[in-house]
Amino acid sequence: MLAVDLRNLTKRFGPVTAVNDLTLQIDSGEIVAFLGPNGAGKTTTIDMLLGLARPDVGTVRVYGHSPQDAVARGEVSAVMQNGGLLKDFTVAETVAYTASLYAHARPVPEVLERAGIGGIADRRVAKCSGGEQQRLRFAMALLSDPRLLVLDEPTTGMDVEGRRDFWGAIREDAERGRTVMFATHYLDEADAYADRIVLIRQGSVVADGTTSEIKNLASGRVVRATLPDADEESLRTLGGVTNVELRGDTVLVQCTDSDIVARHLLTRTAARDLEISSKNLEAAFVALTGDAASDAVATGVTR
Amino acid sequence: MTATVQQSPASTQVHERQVPALGGFNLTALKLEVRRVLRNRRTVMFIVVFPSLFFLMFSSAARGKDGVTQNPGVLAAIMISMAVYGAMVGTTSGGAAVAVERSLGWSRQLRLTPLRPAAYVAMKVLTAMTLGLIAIVVEFTFGAVTGVRLAPHVWILSGLAAWLCSFVFAAFGLFMGFLLPSENVMQVAGPVLAVLSMFGGLFIPLSALSPTMRTVAAFSPVYGVGQLARAPLMGGATAGAVLSVVAWTLLFGAAAMALFRRDTARV
Repeated sequence: MLAVDLRNLTKRFGPVTAVNDLTLQIDSGEIVAFLGPNGAGKTTTIDMLLGLARPDVGTVRVYGHSPQDAVARGEVSAVMQNGGLLKDFTVAETVAYTASLYAHARPVPEVLERAGIGGIADRRVAKCSGGEQQRLRFAMALLSDPRLLVLDEPTTGMDVEGRRDFWGAIREDAERGRTVMFATHYLDEADAYADRIVLIRQGSVVADGTTSEIKNLASGRVVRATLPDADEESLRTLGGVTNVELRGDTVLVQCTDSDIVARHLLTRTAARDLEISSKNLEAAFVALTGDAASDAVATGVTR
Repeated sequence: MTATVQQSPASTQVHERQVPALGGFNLTALKLEVRRVLRNRRTVMFIVVFPSLFFLMFSSAARGKDGVTQNPGVLAAIMISMAVYGAMVGTTSGGAAVAVERSLGWSRQLRLTPLRPAAYVAMKVLTAMTLGLIAIVVEFTFGAVTGVRLAPHVWILSGLAAWLCSFVFAAFGLFMGFLLPSENVMQVAGPVLAVLSMFGGLFIPLSALSPTMRTVAAFSPVYGVGQLARAPLMGGATAGAVLSVVAWTLLFGAAAMALFRRDTARV
């Protein structure tokens, strides 16, 4: 049975098309990363999946139900980027309150334990760190024992240790067979935790496959060097160059022949700290979303 | 990755997935909610501490010098008025909590649960009414301890009237809460309540007002509530007082309902 069945979704905000004819199916048990730059339409798609927004065109089914029904039956739950919490509740009270709203809910101590916050049950929400609050949202999401768990950029703003702990808890949980879909713009998260990556750009799916399939999409190598005021145009004219990206003083050149690029950079320019890496997920990401991503941001496409 | 040996409860569906009864409305949530609100010091100050202080301030004239109460009827009337004031602030803040919860994103979080919007509003109203009841019970207890003597049926009828009529302000609070999407809604609603109380005969007895002001007072949403709450003690349960409570309840209720509809339609 399909866990998620999104067909031809389109959502516009005024003149901006946030999601454009997006179709996506997720099977039960899959762990899917929904990967794209900021403003690609990830959150809007997730809002429609959860019934928080209504598509202008298209249909949404979650385990065969409408989003509202799926939420009411506890088929799906979500950890949102910044879903609100009430500061005066303790951690355990927040979960107990949420649990009381379901027809059937797992015991509060059990979900606290699974989210790794059993030790801070009596702490006020106001006194919890960002990572602890996020694990509290995760505990709330586990209450209904959902068949589908949706996470919208769940580790935004967490430090490295917080991210690692959070994903540890998610991974442990996913091993029990839950379907998980998470949005992220961190490539390493998609690479490390997903079986399948759906790459989204300007509201449409531009690539969909296993991590290794996505990596193969971007052929060649990446030459990275420190080069202030790099001449992007002349780099593009070099043989075998497929893309050039400037990030501050760093230049990233994707190419099929790294020797040509490296020789050019080291002999004709002031480039230093040169690195050559073979294709990785980041390269695929840049190749598939690079230019379009900056376009999307420039036109103000958010959410 | 090693497979876990542990049998997972997540992979087995022991129960048919169901939608909760009453749209998620339940008493556990209500209890937790009231306990949470009472943890907020500012709320407790406004619904319990201030009315008691006002009572002491306003009642000094009615109290005699040598421990003999000069004017027991006036003393009791002031206590009832202050109980009404506390209940008003309590029910208003309970209703207005929808604004706080919207601005904090808690409402959005709740939309990811089975809680239906109507059940959510029902719980807010009951929380508000519980706060109103607490305000009245505390104020009456404080009054009894500091010298108010009333017949049992007057205690009960006054308390009930003050409590039931404070429903007007639960509706008012909801209306303000849906109108102002702000965390600081009570900073607007609080002064409004104080002004309404001033002109509605809670802080100043109606008999002390000029005839013109008395006419104005009758249009304050506070007027009917105060009149009916004091009626078991001093009469005055006029048709005008009842009309005031009913009309303002309908008005605030309808306005809150319209804003609530607009709010839930915006999916």
